[in-house]
Amino acid sequence: MSKRIGMEIALAAAEVAALCRPDVIAAYPITPNTHIPEHLAEIVAEGHLDCEYLPVESEHSALSACAGASAVGARVFTATSSQGLLYMGEIVPIIPAMRLPIVMALGNRALSGPINIWNDHSDVMAVRDMGWICLFAANGQETIDMIVQAFKIGEDHRVMLPVLVNLDGFQLTHVVESMIMPDQEEVDKFLPPRKPYATVHPDNVVSMGTLGLPEIYTEAKKAEDEALINSKKVILEVWKEWEKTFGRKYEPIESYKTKDADVIMLTVGSMYETAAIAVDQLHKEGFKAGLLNMKLFRPFPADELKAAVKGARVLIVTDRAVMCGGAQAPVCAEVKSVLYDEPVRPAIVNEIIGLGGRDVRVDDFIKMFKKAATADKVKPERAYEIYGVRSS
Amino acid sequence: MAEKKWPETWQEINPGLMVFKPASARSYLTGGWRAQKPILDNTKCIKCGVCYLFCPEGCITEDAEGYFMADLNYCKGCGICYHECWPRAIKMVED
Repeated sequence: MSKRIGMEIALAAAEVAALCRPDVIAAYPITPNTHIPEHLAEIVAEGHLDCEYLPVESEHSALSACAGASAVGARVFTATSSQGLLYMGEIVPIIPAMRLPIVMALGNRALSGPINIWNDHSDVMAVRDMGWICLFAANGQETIDMIVQAFKIGEDHRVMLPVLVNLDGFQLTHVVESMIMPDQEEVDKFLPPRKPYATVHPDNVVSMGTLGLPEIYTEAKKAEDEALINSKKVILEVWKEWEKTFGRKYEPIESYKTKDADVIMLTVGSMYETAAIAVDQLHKEGFKAGLLNMKLFRPFPADELKAAVKGARVLIVTDRAVMCGGAQAPVCAEVKSVLYDEPVRPAIVNEIIGLGGRDVRVDDFIKMFKKAATADKVKPERAYEIYGVRSS
Repeated sequence: MAEKKWPETWQEINPGLMVFKPASARSYLTGGWRAQKPILDNTKCIKCGVCYLFCPEGCITEDAEGYFMADLNYCKGCGICYHECWPRAIKMVED
């Protein structure tokens, strides 16, 4: 039976990852990593989980070990953050290209420099186009649920892709929350052992990670892109099954009070819950605010986005990373490109918020809503704004 | 129909570009990359096998008499055998 627990979310993420019975965990468990691999090491050391735990010498080795383990058919879990993800960088695009399922919990933390490690999305945005499925949790419960779902999605033979479960660093990883933790029996039932498509083994003839000459690289990339796009069908299936089994609903874009909303805001990650309080307050004032939260970022939920913003006059897209020197911040750039061909679309305002752990409070969201209300008449000076930046 | 050298369309690609045919790389003849080829002079060769050990392609083999020869189907013409052969029994010539 599922049980309500109060626990630090990183520890809960480790507990639930253990319930998924991974065969191999490889991680570099010091800063910028979170408590996730640290607690998994304890679980394995105390004999609660029969698993090969590899405390390797770097994140590059961690993800390399994960790739090898997944290639021989193991269920694989890892976790990292910030610079750790970038140190894995060389291996990150190889995993989806080889169609190796791996689940990684990414405690989203800012990239250096300056040295920071507090929460924002600059780490995941650096790898967003490398072929991983990207899920974003808004709270502890979603973190737990998504880790279990991620194994089922990634290991499906129609998918065979790695999955990044994003949870905001500190705002989620280091916060104690009330969550419902499934038990071993429930997880086992939902998530049977992995049945690998192919395994590297002396008895099987297979080469993985082969060379793609100019004659084949283009077709290989197209096949990889299609695989990621098509994974959405399985993601939706798994989410349906999750809802049926555990009663908690998941959808690519969750909406809050968007019916008849005049100004809608899109958030990604844990800011959603703070922004929802702002929306409630604005409703009391008669301001028709609505809120969207993107839970699925890769593959990008274009159709769901189009449907979700229908009827809104203004759309505020929040970003948690700067696309230095770019035309826009990353989430908004994609939102704009999806809505460009729509005959009727809202005016779009791009607010970059919460960089490197900067607090974004309820009154900040209220200010953003009120300021954006005239965006369809008065065009913002720039394509994006870094909210709350001190200027002289 | 002749066997395809590689998948024609993206739909024909195995997931992850996995290859299920053993030793399929053998059908890819890298000799075409070569600009120069090694000529091994058996009058100078002392059968030490240094060329065999250093060849990064593994394309040098020993014949029945103990002399060495390069398989020009795979030799890329890198010249490492020429560089390492201390009795100077190997020279590189335009191919």
